[in-house]
Amino acid sequence: MSVQTAPALPFEDRSVLTRVKSAASAWLPVLAALAILILMLVAGQLYFGDFVSPRLISALFDNNPYLIVLAIGMTFVIITGGIDLSVGSVIAFSGLLGAQLFAAGLPAVIVLPLMVLSGTVIGVIIGVMVAVFDIQPFIASLAGMFLARGLAYVTSLKSLPIKDDALNWLLGESWGAGGWYVTPGVVLALVLVAVATWMLHYTRFGRTVYAVGGGEQSARLMGLAVDRTKFLVYVISGTCAGIGGVLFASYTQSGNPLAGLGMELQAIAAVVIGGTILTGGSGYMIGSLVGVLVYGLIQIAITYMSVDSWWTYIVIGIMLLVFVVFQRALSARRGG
Amino acid sequence: MTMLRRITRHPLFWPVFALVVLIVVNTISRPSFLSITVKDGGLYGSLIDILRNSSQLMLVSLGMTLVIATRGIDLSVGAVLAVSGAVSLTIIGSSDTPGDLGTVTVAILTGLLVTLVLGIWNGFLVSVVKIQPIIATLLLMFAGRGIAMLITKGQITTITSDPYRYLASGHLLGLPVAFLIAIVVVVLVSLVVRRTALGMLLEAVGINPEASRLAGVQSRGIIWMVYALSGVLAGLAGILYSSNIMAADANNAGLNIELDAILAVVIGGTSLMGGKFSISGTVVGVLVIQTLTTSITFLGVPPAVTPLFKALVVIVICLVQSQKARDMLFSRRRHRTAAPAAVVAEAETEAVAR
Repeated sequence: MSVQTAPALPFEDRSVLTRVKSAASAWLPVLAALAILILMLVAGQLYFGDFVSPRLISALFDNNPYLIVLAIGMTFVIITGGIDLSVGSVIAFSGLLGAQLFAAGLPAVIVLPLMVLSGTVIGVIIGVMVAVFDIQPFIASLAGMFLARGLAYVTSLKSLPIKDDALNWLLGESWGAGGWYVTPGVVLALVLVAVATWMLHYTRFGRTVYAVGGGEQSARLMGLAVDRTKFLVYVISGTCAGIGGVLFASYTQSGNPLAGLGMELQAIAAVVIGGTILTGGSGYMIGSLVGVLVYGLIQIAITYMSVDSWWTYIVIGIMLLVFVVFQRALSARRGG
Repeated sequence: MTMLRRITRHPLFWPVFALVVLIVVNTISRPSFLSITVKDGGLYGSLIDILRNSSQLMLVSLGMTLVIATRGIDLSVGAVLAVSGAVSLTIIGSSDTPGDLGTVTVAILTGLLVTLVLGIWNGFLVSVVKIQPIIATLLLMFAGRGIAMLITKGQITTITSDPYRYLASGHLLGLPVAFLIAIVVVVLVSLVVRRTALGMLLEAVGINPEASRLAGVQSRGIIWMVYALSGVLAGLAGILYSSNIMAADANNAGLNIELDAILAVVIGGTSLMGGKFSISGTVVGVLVIQTLTTSITFLGVPPAVTPLFKALVVIVICLVQSQKARDMLFSRRRHRTAAPAAVVAEAETEAVAR
């Protein structure tokens, strides 16, 4: 996991070398997460004998498509140096709203966009509080969290079943051969990862996101649209949470006022494991995907070992610790 | 006019105002809200209930105030609270003499000791390893509940022990013991912080860690101590919680209490950016939140709406405290009227009342 020492180059090539080195050190946390993932797969294979299979790899994606989508939005927010605590509650609100609308007899073409939009609205509220009124992201999204959970309770106090073919198709249908399989929901999540990667790494908006997280004052002085960007990341995160709500409703085939409890923490954990630093300004979208896969693999491994499920929390805690200390050591060396 | 302005400018004005509004609304809707009856040497009534129920949040928020003053945050308090309850109840539950005062004392002290260790761990990560507070304490927020479940073996341990029950349900001098414990701790900590230079050093560390270090403040030790204290206070809250329900519930004990505590601190006027802090403000903030929760049940509003209510209160309070929102109001009004302060005060009153 150390940076490879390249052979000494002539003086004029040093800039290339530094560039390669700095790119490598920025990618290091992501590579570390990937290494952990592979290490866990290998260890699982050695320990259980029959662990790694097409089925397992497919299940890694299939178990948590909503978490992948939440992690996408969270990555944008965290890179700007913010945080979004509302996403778990939005899942509950979006799911219940969908359940009520389906019960009222509306078709999926109308209901699904509305479910996504419900997340967008919460994101807009948080975004306005953060970008316009300068309220701390932690508190603003906390308000959004209470708001979404409250709206969910108001929508229904009980779990409501959803019977809709289009919604069930998302995670019910599966395509595949020879043990490999993929559901439309997973495809949707992966397409979103691709779009988000493009937005974050290849557009002006994406570069501003990094700039805001790297140093808000500097970004402002450079004339970048700081407030607009801060507003937009919460809208993106809220929208992602809305989509997550659709996927979760499809997964459970119901809307539940208690759905998504603590899921914001899972999303944050996945993003951090994936190498994004909570102070902002650094991280990769693909890292968050790896983070979710590591998270999912821990869950599966815990089930395989048939130990009690609360070990998941402890293992995740230890894993977060390892990653955070690792990142800390890395940034200390880079910063001198 | 100037008197009025001086009062409205006082940092505690808005939180106290919110508290009074809540009490008035409750009293108007059900006059029995204010009534207090004496039964078996103890006082009973809605107001007393609020005091009793606020004790856990009070302890947690007290620790949180000091942590936030150093520009930190402690997300692990809910999990730590669950751990101390689990430890104490497991000791009492596995003992042959659960009603014995000695057993209970040992159980409580062990619970507090374990949470002290957890607090020291948080402090170590923040002050020595220099990990961001939010993520350092997030670790324990995750792992802590797992540890608590490990201790209770995933079950809800229930016990019967009169001395232990006394902590949450007993009365002393007519007042609930839980409330007295919380108040004594608050007073003690306030005295230590405000009668020594400690409070000033805390604020110095929060306002500018680097400058205070250069000025010779031992910021590492101070930050470490604050997290350790926050751990112990959360532990004490956990003992009160488990004493109240006489069961260790690793899943639900202290769930989301870190959010309520942070909210109480912010309502009390301590900025999340660190620096100046107000313990009295936090106490008022805790009472506002507890009264809000109580009034929701008291007014017959379905408890399901509680989070919605809380959200609106948080948003309004944040907007009232937001410098930018004030600037906007001020600059808009200044063009039109000669006495901006009074108009703004009025507008804000409307906002709070809503």
